[in-house]
This record gives sequence, C-alpha cells and structure tokens, in this order.
Amino acid sequence: MAIKDRLSGNEAVAIAMRQINPDVMGAFPITPSTEIPQYFSSYVANGEVDTEFVAVESEHSAMSTCIGAQAAGARAVTATSSCGMALMWELLYVAASDRLPITMALVNRALTGPININNDHSDSMGARDTGWIQLYSENNQEAYDNFLMAMPIGEHQAVQLPVMVCQDGFITSHAVENMELLEDEKVKKFVGEYQPENYLLKKDGTLAIGPYGISAYYMDFKMQQVEAMKQAKPVILEVAKKFKEMTGRSYGFFEEYEMADAEAALVIIGSSAGTAKAAVDQMRKEGRKVGLIKLRVFRPFPMEELAAALSKVGAVAVMDKAEGFSNAGGPLFADVRSALYDLENRPKAINYVYGLGGRDIKTTDFEAIYEELFRILKTGVTGPVYRHIGQREE
Amino acid sequence: MRKASEINENTPWRELTTGAGIAEPATSKLFNTGDWRTMTPVFLEDKCTHCLYCIPYCPDSSIPVHQRKRLDFDFMHCKGCGICAKVCPFHAIEMVKEEK
Repeated sequence: MAIKDRLSGNEAVAIAMRQINPDVMGAFPITPSTEIPQYFSSYVANGEVDTEFVAVESEHSAMSTCIGAQAAGARAVTATSSCGMALMWELLYVAASDRLPITMALVNRALTGPININNDHSDSMGARDTGWIQLYSENNQEAYDNFLMAMPIGEHQAVQLPVMVCQDGFITSHAVENMELLEDEKVKKFVGEYQPENYLLKKDGTLAIGPYGISAYYMDFKMQQVEAMKQAKPVILEVAKKFKEMTGRSYGFFEEYEMADAEAALVIIGSSAGTAKAAVDQMRKEGRKVGLIKLRVFRPFPMEELAAALSKVGAVAVMDKAEGFSNAGGPLFADVRSALYDLENRPKAINYVYGLGGRDIKTTDFEAIYEELFRILKTGVTGPVYRHIGQREE
Repeated sequence: MRKASEINENTPWRELTTGAGIAEPATSKLFNTGDWRTMTPVFLEDKCTHCLYCIPYCPDSSIPVHQRKRLDFDFMHCKGCGICAKVCPFHAIEMVKEEK
C-alpha cells in the first residue's frame, strides 16, 4: 500500500535518498536545494542511513567527492542549484567521461546576474552538453519518482552515465503537495545494489580512472559516451515500465496532454506545464483543439519520438525557461525545431523564452500563446520565431 | 577488461575500455615517450665507477640498475634532459645531438 503524505519537493527527494541509503553524499548548501542535505543529515544523525555524509567546502569538492566515491565502487549522491552546479562544471564532464553513474538532485535556479535565487532552467540547460542524463519533474511526486528511477537508469551496464534529476526551485522544492511514497523495502528492491564491474577498491584487481587521453584516443572515448547516451533511451523506457508495474504511475520521454487531435501545441519542461495544462483544459471547454507536450527527458533528447508526436499539429510553441543569447532561440527550441525538420509536413514553430529568474507565467499567458498559434495557422505567416513573454514593455 | 598491451592507436572505439579505465598498474612503461628527445645521452662505460649518483637525479627512471651496477639508458623513456650528464662526477655521460 502506498503511503500518503504531504511533502515539499526537497523533502520528497531527501526521503527518496533515505530509502535508497546511498554510500556517500557530497554535501554543500545552496538555495533552494539546501534542504535536501539538511533533511538528509538528520537521517544520518538519527542512524536511519549509514551514508558517509561529507560536508565539503564547495560544490567543486562536492562533485569531486562523488567522483572519488563512485570510482571507488560506492553509490554517491549530491544536491545543488544554480551557481553551485556552475562551480561543479569541470567535474560534471569528468563524472560523465569516467562513466560514473552519480545521481544529482538539481533544484533549478537562475544563474547570476543579477543575483537571483528563483527558478528558471539556465543552470541545467547550460549543462546539457556535459554528458549527463537529465530528467525533469513537473511536481513533487515526479521529483520523487524520477529520483527513484535515476539509479536503475544510470547504473545500467549499457549506460553507466550520471543522472541529474531536476525540479523547479521553490515552485516544487518548497511548495508542499499531497503525494504518495513507496515503502522503504519496495524502494530498496527497485533500486537494488550498485554493482560495477570494475572499481578502485575491488579486492582482486587494480584500476586507474581518469587517465590522460591524447588525440589518438580522446574522440574514441567520446564515441563510447555517445553510444551510452543512445543506449540510455531504451533503458529509460524499460525502467519506467517496471516503475509503472510497481506504482501504476506512467512515465516516458515526455507526457502528451490532449494531443490526440490537437492543432496547436506547446512543448514545455517542468512545473509550468501544470499552469499550461490548466490553460489547455479551459480552452478545450471552449472547443479549441489545443494540447501540450511536457518533456521529461531532455538528455538523451528523444528526437524521433518528439517529431512523431508533433507530426499532426499545425503550429507549435516551444517554451524555454532559459535564455541562450544565441539570437536564434532558447536551447529547447533549437533541439525541438531540429527534430521537426525531418518531418514531411512539419508544423510552424515559434519559441517563447519565459519565466526567467522566477518571473510568473499565467494561464492567460498560455491562452495568448495558443491564440497566436491559431493566428499563424489561419494566416500562414509565422512572423518572428524568437520571442519573449512576461517582460515589461512600455 | 582489456589489458593496456592489447590496446593501441588502431584499436576501434568499441574495443577500448569503458571510460578509459586502466585495469593494471605500471602501464606507462608501455608508452614511448623517448621520441620527444632531441639530445641523447651516451653512456661511457669505461669512465663509469657505478657510484649511482645519476640514478636518483633522473626524472624519469630511465637508467636501469642491475646488481648495483647501472646499465645503458632506457631510450624508450629518456627525454634527453641531460641532468645525468650534468651531475656525473666522472664525466661518464656525454650529450650528443640525435640523428633521426
């Protein structure tokens, strides 16, 4: 029987960590993820876990701790946000290229400056090319569920890649929601033990990790990472299938909401999908054929699947909660529009950058975006593709 | 896991070790760094007293020792820095320009 509870997103992730009982946590506080190591340290103090809690002096050290621990054969976790992950930057690549399936709870927050502690996706979007698997969560339940699925995905023999489990700072990390937890034993059975083939502390064997890779080797090891990211796709679906058998909750690369006959659609990541769904519900009541796709897995990017899901719509607005300063659209737009290019009849596509630094987006904003898509459908004129919504104009 | 001796610059990427892991110690012995050399030390055996002063000065362990006597240089790893020639009290090492 599932356990009903009401928890903040941070607390839910901390509980997932307690249930998993990882070997090592590299811990350093940063708003809004601080509560995760804070809750977890109380589990350590109370003897509810036997995790080695390493209180380090910076996020660079937190990720270094995780790399050392995971290379030694342990299961390592950490939590961070924003500038904290920015300070881990160098090590994110090291973790991925050393093929160490570390699990990170990332509570998405804007990057400085101006200094801002609120939510957008600029931290994880900037890290999209580091070689980490990225799972995004709409609500507290998804943050918990994604964290439980992260290790079976990352530690899979064919994958061996680190996973960041993202949720929106304050919006889900600090808001309390009703949710369902699994029993500890069920979690332990589902996540299992970390059993790497080779590790530094293996009794009968020697191993060196992270050697110099001259140009005669470097690219070949990058090819291995490419292959691992490809292999991650079927593994993500396989793990989701097992998770559904246990919980009844269904996960894929993305969620399709009212997409069956949709003419205008959004592609969106994270908690704002909840607001957008309310706008869809309202417009559906008025007989408007609108739908949305909420992306859960951004790395690996489900290119073919997403293109297929959008092949029937006439116009799509891709919502970026991160600015890329490319002058050509946000990071999600670049990938989604690239995916659409392979379709025979591709929909018109526009991009909206929204919600930067915690700027609110409302149901009426989403309704206005759908109206704009219908205008494009009617006139056949796309207009500017790279747009912003929510900023003050004179 | 594949041994380092089974891997070289013609090995396809699928056959390399996962994440560049190296499963045995002392694999740097297999890596030819001697080709970086421009100056080459010449061991003048008749002048050598086997005081072994040169051994700890070599930054790359390129002077093998057997039964308390030094042998000729390990040219696969010697980079020709010339420190041994500089410190030798008996002028038993001469640096010459390498002809390739």
